[in-house]
Amino acid sequence: MPYTVRTQLTPGETEMRKVYAATLADMISKNSKVVALSADLMSSDGTQANHKKDPVHFVQAGIQEANMIGVAAGMSLTGIIPYAHSFACFASRRVYDQAFISVGFAQCNVRIVGSDPGITATYNGGTHMPFEDAGLMRLIPGMTVVEPTDVVMLEDILRQTETLQGSFYIRMARKEAVNIYEPGSTFELGKAAKLRDGKDVTLIASGYCVAEAMTAAGMLAKQGIEATVLDMYTLKPIDREAIVAAARATGAVVTAENHNILNGLGSAVAEVLAEEYPTPMGRVGIQDQYGEVGTLDYLRDRFGIGAQNIADKALDVLKRK
Amino acid sequence: MVQEDTRAFAQTLRIELLRGLRDVGQGHLGGAMSVMDLLAVLYGGEMKIDPQNPGWDGRDYFVLSKGHAGPALYTALAVKGYFPLDWLKTINSNGTRLPSHCDRTKTPGVDMSAGSLGQGFSAAVGIAHGLKVQGKDNYVYTVVGDGECNEGQVWEAALYAPSHRLNHLIAFVDKNGKQLDGPTDDVLVLGDLRQKFEDFGWFALDVDGHDTDAIRAAIARGKQQTDKPTMIILHTVKGKGCSFVEHELNNHHARFTAAQADEAIAALEKGGC
Repeated sequence: MPYTVRTQLTPGETEMRKVYAATLADMISKNSKVVALSADLMSSDGTQANHKKDPVHFVQAGIQEANMIGVAAGMSLTGIIPYAHSFACFASRRVYDQAFISVGFAQCNVRIVGSDPGITATYNGGTHMPFEDAGLMRLIPGMTVVEPTDVVMLEDILRQTETLQGSFYIRMARKEAVNIYEPGSTFELGKAAKLRDGKDVTLIASGYCVAEAMTAAGMLAKQGIEATVLDMYTLKPIDREAIVAAARATGAVVTAENHNILNGLGSAVAEVLAEEYPTPMGRVGIQDQYGEVGTLDYLRDRFGIGAQNIADKALDVLKRK
Repeated sequence: MVQEDTRAFAQTLRIELLRGLRDVGQGHLGGAMSVMDLLAVLYGGEMKIDPQNPGWDGRDYFVLSKGHAGPALYTALAVKGYFPLDWLKTINSNGTRLPSHCDRTKTPGVDMSAGSLGQGFSAAVGIAHGLKVQGKDNYVYTVVGDGECNEGQVWEAALYAPSHRLNHLIAFVDKNGKQLDGPTDDVLVLGDLRQKFEDFGWFALDVDGHDTDAIRAAIARGKQQTDKPTMIILHTVKGKGCSFVEHELNNHHARFTAAQADEAIAALEKGGC
């Protein structure tokens, strides 16, 4: 079934990692070619109990992310369908050349899973807080970059990538994410999901910022401003049609992402609009900064990627309409 | 193939590579010539292959992690009939299917792209692991350079393969003693590679990398291993068998004239080395 948006967004009750582990376990039970690798983060990605039961398919790669990506690439050449997980900082910038050469250039069917994106790394702080991972992966030709928004989408994307050819970077929050979609929803990679329809401004968000954008849309509605909200869960290939159509319908665009605005969602949307339908726009996201430790709420405000920031940016952009 | 045949096959490979590169006038001949005797053993009968069906899933796999020696592998593949010998004349030319460094998407018979050092080794380990997960008994062969052992990724893979008991992985270090900037020990001191790999949990041994019988015997011992991968340190001479390269001090990359190539071919045809 296609996706259905919940009438009310509710805080997630289930951690993303629990769904990650359970979905992979179910996939492995039906297809012995699926393998989940983890770089000494099984207790973090939820697969430790699965590893104890089935160490053949839940592979302990040790603290050696570069080798893990190479091993996953090699495994794929024998027909294995590998999902290789580490924290997003290590699954992207630490293994960039391996992802570029052994996965991208060599056209190996590897799914790289990077968890704790952006501020969701909270207490692990600046060293572990990737604001650049999706942008790096976007620069690898042929790499699909997807950020599942909630547990429903995560499960669907994991199952879809089992049979799809190509390389994938799956940017995954590890803890609870706000519930956006009804259970059983399915999603088309490369297409945006429209969560709300409005005529005045378009909010295009991804990951953590999707729920914030929905809250922002509610704030704007109280001021008589009706916002369209798009969940742009696939950063690459990006849904050019949806971006242009929304820009055409509303004449103003704001992007919101838990990532550096450079080469992230904001850049990707700006590229499409500049080429196809120049439109006043603003970008909410990390303004080319490093991360730091803190609670999620503190970091949201510290880096200015919350609902209030999105609503304020919309009001700014509307002045330029 | 018996020893004499394998030796002759190795000489054929050296000659065909020089014929291919004769008019190109440059290439990574040093590291290509040093692994030719190993390639003669592997492609001269040791590996299960089907040149008409490079993707055959029953084949043994080969990853040339020192990807800059690609032209050596291309020569073995061409002579075995994966593609026409004529292709060797296109090495590094515009639009070629035989680039300086191995590219699995371009060349029939190349199992993995390599060139960013250390990465092919991990991929070979991954192939061996992927086969083991599926209960298959194919062998996986891979060659890393001694200079390549400067890369941390080599040692990550070295730790990983014995941990996962990948006994169908048979790896080689082409220990020709030189890397781009000079003798390996002038760059970083490698020490006793056999001992290092043994300490990492491998079945490791030193072999004369130009003695095809010795290489074959070492592989046979590797195949007896039931719970660990094998690392064979090949003691080789960079540029082996190619006079104008072998005697150059800095011979990682060579530029040469057609006359030099002809002279080297003539020497090889006479059985010289």
